[in-house]
Amino acid sequence: MSPSLEARGLTRRFGSFTALDNLNLNIQGSKCVGFLGPNGAGKTTTLKMFTDLIFPTSGEALINGHSVRADRKRALASCGDLIESPEIYPSLTPREALELVGAVRGMSAPDIRSRTDTVLHEVKMADWADSKVGRFSKGMKQRVNIAAALLSDPEVVMLDEPSTGLDPRGMAEVRSIIRELKRENRLIFMSSHILSEVIDVCDEVALVDHGKLLFYDTLANVNARLGKGATSVDLAFVRPVSDADVASRIVNLPGVTGVSRVDPQRLTAMVTGGPEAQSQVLEQLVASKLGLLSFQPSRSALEEVYMREISQGDS
Amino acid sequence: MSTPEAGASGYARSGEGPAIPDTARQALILSRYQLRDYLRSRRFVLMVAIVVFIGAILSLVLAKYNGAGLSSSSDAFYGTLWGGGVYVVIVFAGIIFGGDAIAGEFQNKTGYFLMGLPVKRTSVYAGKFIAATAASVVCVLLYLGILLGNGFYYLGAGAALSGALFESFAIAMLYLLALMGAVFLFSSLFKNSLYAVLVVAILFLFGFSIIDELLQGLVHIEPWFIIDYARQVIGYPFLTTLPPHTSTGMFGITTYNPTYAEGLAIMGGYFLLTAFGGLALFEREEFT
Repeated sequence: MSPSLEARGLTRRFGSFTALDNLNLNIQGSKCVGFLGPNGAGKTTTLKMFTDLIFPTSGEALINGHSVRADRKRALASCGDLIESPEIYPSLTPREALELVGAVRGMSAPDIRSRTDTVLHEVKMADWADSKVGRFSKGMKQRVNIAAALLSDPEVVMLDEPSTGLDPRGMAEVRSIIRELKRENRLIFMSSHILSEVIDVCDEVALVDHGKLLFYDTLANVNARLGKGATSVDLAFVRPVSDADVASRIVNLPGVTGVSRVDPQRLTAMVTGGPEAQSQVLEQLVASKLGLLSFQPSRSALEEVYMREISQGDS
Repeated sequence: MSTPEAGASGYARSGEGPAIPDTARQALILSRYQLRDYLRSRRFVLMVAIVVFIGAILSLVLAKYNGAGLSSSSDAFYGTLWGGGVYVVIVFAGIIFGGDAIAGEFQNKTGYFLMGLPVKRTSVYAGKFIAATAASVVCVLLYLGILLGNGFYYLGAGAALSGALFESFAIAMLYLLALMGAVFLFSSLFKNSLYAVLVVAILFLFGFSIIDELLQGLVHIEPWFIIDYARQVIGYPFLTTLPPHTSTGMFGITTYNPTYAEGLAIMGGYFLLTAFGGLALFEREEFT
């Protein structure tokens, strides 16, 4: 058995505005899927229909095969979600808020206690477990919300821009939590407009814009697709590289279409041919004894696909 | 690239994980935590302060005027102080605890915390209704306690506890349910807490009274559809003779008084219609 999320012709209109247009998406298995798109693309609308916060104009959302509209309790039973940075009753403590979530989910008291300690520790809120939520910052509340989504150890986790409102350290911690969440038999569906976040934690990506799904594929395939173009690779060396060495030993390498200098020890090379070509360039650079320190393909593959698809949608 | 397709659906997680409690059980769980939130909130402190303030004034007046002529019988004592005053406590409690109960879920975004759980909206609505009513009952009991304290002092232990008082208390609880139903209906109607509280406060503090007076004085019809009209029956247990259903006063103006059964029916009807009406609205509201 594997977790699944499915949208069948999911459509939502607000008057004459179509927020989501006939979304067909079938995600099965244990993976982390990034749901990308610019503001107003329809990401949150989709997630809200998957949690029955808003209702489809037509179509159907299913979690593990259960229709969210027809059988929301069964559909959401194995799903933990975080939609739009919820507020928690201010007089409750995180421990009490999680007790409430656990009790509503039918968890036993010992399970609730043990899982509460675990998830509060995971989100680094254990020290505030018994303080009132009303005194927390937005970031602290978001951590408690993440803990609430994870309390029942759900098979399906839906996160709507989970790092929203967090400082850079908090964002990094949330990404770390999501990476740790990836395990056997868990499907994570995460909306975001932060490409680096998606690249960092996701295995697959679905891109929406103007309420339409533009593509859904693995990140590896997205990178390979871009391989037909050029990938920017950041090169660092332990010692300065002369212009002569650049001209004779780097620019001429197969697959390299151009080199620019960042500083005496750092260059940016444009490499065509995808991951295979990058691998060969790397081998030859090492063999050239120029003192290669790092070879970092720019994580712009998704960004370039994103920009291309979005701009095509605009035209 | 693969094409996303609506292929075979996933499968149920049958037999795995804990059994989700039924709707009623979930409503009780939610009401417990919601009540805890109410009892720790500033609004509860405010409501207690209002009740204590009203009780203190009553106690001071009684002390100043040595029972204020009400210590002759428990019916006179409680008929005036309880029958004539408890509705104020109920109305304030209804506004304070129920006014934004549903609207606040949308405006304050607390609804997003609850509604993503495997719980029916009926449970959330019922849980909040129970909690708001329970918090209001605590305040009504505080008011009753203050009156009973005065009753013991001025009437003596033998007469302080009267059957009429408990009968009236039961009617007051029905009035509280009716009022809370109406408050939840208005709260479900608005996604803005301020609007919900304002409309409820205006209607229940003086709006319904004005409509009641206008209907009787100008249009000469019995305002049986106004909750304010029914609240008079809270004081009936203390009366030896109930007021006539209709009476003609000065200038030929007909005054209406609800019968006992009519008053109870209006309250019961208000409770059922408004509470379920509010639920129907809440079921259809979207968290846009």
